[in-house]
Amino acid sequence: MSPQENVKFLHRKYIQSLNREKKWVRFYQAVIFIVFFSGWELASQKQWIDPLIFSAPSKVWGLFLTKIQDGTLMVDLGYTLSETVFGFILGTFLGTLLAAILWWSPMLSKIADPYLVVLNSMPKVALGPILIVALGPSFTSIVAMGAIISIIITTIVVYTSFKEVDPNYIKVLQTFGANRFQIFREAILPASFPTIISTLKVNVGLSWVGVIVGEFLVSSKGLGYMIIYGFQVFNFTLVMLSLLVIAVFATVMYQLVELLERKLIKNGS
Amino acid sequence: MDFLKVDAVHHTYFTKTSAVTALSDVSLEVEEGEFVSFLGPSGCGKTTLLSIIAGLFEPTEGTVTLEGKRVETAENEIGYMLQQDYLFPWKNIEENILLGLKIGNSLTPDKKAYALKLLQEMGLKGVESQFPKQLSGGMRQRVALVRTLATGPKLLMLDEPFSALDYQTKLKLEDLVSDTLKSFGKTAILVTHDIGEAISMSDRVFLFSARPGQLHKTFVIPKELRDETPFNARNHEVYPAIFQTIWKELESLEPAGER
Repeated sequence: MSPQENVKFLHRKYIQSLNREKKWVRFYQAVIFIVFFSGWELASQKQWIDPLIFSAPSKVWGLFLTKIQDGTLMVDLGYTLSETVFGFILGTFLGTLLAAILWWSPMLSKIADPYLVVLNSMPKVALGPILIVALGPSFTSIVAMGAIISIIITTIVVYTSFKEVDPNYIKVLQTFGANRFQIFREAILPASFPTIISTLKVNVGLSWVGVIVGEFLVSSKGLGYMIIYGFQVFNFTLVMLSLLVIAVFATVMYQLVELLERKLIKNGS
Repeated sequence: MDFLKVDAVHHTYFTKTSAVTALSDVSLEVEEGEFVSFLGPSGCGKTTLLSIIAGLFEPTEGTVTLEGKRVETAENEIGYMLQQDYLFPWKNIEENILLGLKIGNSLTPDKKAYALKLLQEMGLKGVESQFPKQLSGGMRQRVALVRTLATGPKLLMLDEPFSALDYQTKLKLEDLVSDTLKSFGKTAILVTHDIGEAISMSDRVFLFSARPGQLHKTFVIPKELRDETPFNARNHEVYPAIFQTIWKELESLEPAGER
């Protein structure tokens, strides 16, 4: 075998080993999935766990089909999903806007500092009752819950990243006579895109928390309402269904943010 | 009238616990079309002086004028090149070189064509749509030079622009920069701690002493060296003698016991 063929051969072997590893990873992931659901089903049928509390995949699936057919699942899902998306976008946008204002005025950021610390340490869901009274038990107050839970932490994280942009980029712009707005647009904001995206990823999870808690409190529609209703009438199949649907859609949202990340952050890699 | 005039500049940095004088009574003049170097040990305030000349901040005392106008009011007349290229990684090469024009709201088709032509003259054809990290260190520094020249500055300041490059790239780039600036007749100030670089590239070398930064001595580089490219100047017969003179002067600046 010539050296060249040898290199080709070794490279092919290397790729094969990579593929093999990937297959094993997928295999074990599938095993965990199947073991979990079949174990759940089996344990429930054999009464190892209380089927009244833990339900069973077959029951959840049955309920899923019924609720799809009568359309009620879609209605609840639609509510929760739109509340979460709005809350999430609003929270991230307002948080970034606040961060920009703090960056713009160093004086203001010094003044606001202790208040930000207090607001950040406060459990935001505790504001729920006040929001509902103030904004009414409706879509608006639940969106506000989804947003408020992520605003302050977004502000703090994004503001920190604004301040940490390499000052030499700012120097380059200053030598061209850039004003503060141009510095923000050309250097500060684009340099912080990776941080903003990673707060987006955190905020997806946070907004779900805010919205579900909001629906617990308002108790009229949505997946959070499904959970609290199922709990009150002791229908845990309904609770499980709601949880699984939330898990699926929270994952989908997270994946969409990752897709956005790949689109937005272009630097030739 | 002098092209660039630095008149009795003092600068002190204040912190909570101290006041550090970076520059003390620095006065100098640079003629139009001249290439000068600021040479000195670290802590001699070279970069501070450059920032003041660039109008990035005002000195505590003293004035800097370019063609009789205070530099704080001059816009886009001074180009500044930093130690590293500082190309914006999220912008492609074309967007990077047009940045200065965009900031100054003077992005006309003429000037854009000029910038792209400069890029070609630097031997960087066909990289316009690439991103900085796809380019080598030397290529990136050349792009940074194009970005600086694209706005047509009257005065160019180079703050150790070759220090982050490997030796071979550095020598090649010295020739290219020197040649480019000469052909445009640009006035330039180079900050460096490399004696050889200062001698081979400049018409005059200003030697600074440290703590506080003061102008210690001025060396005029003989004509036979000035007419050579930096690479050839390093091999010229009069080069070693000048190198020795400046070397000894630099040594004498270092306080005993620091060696």
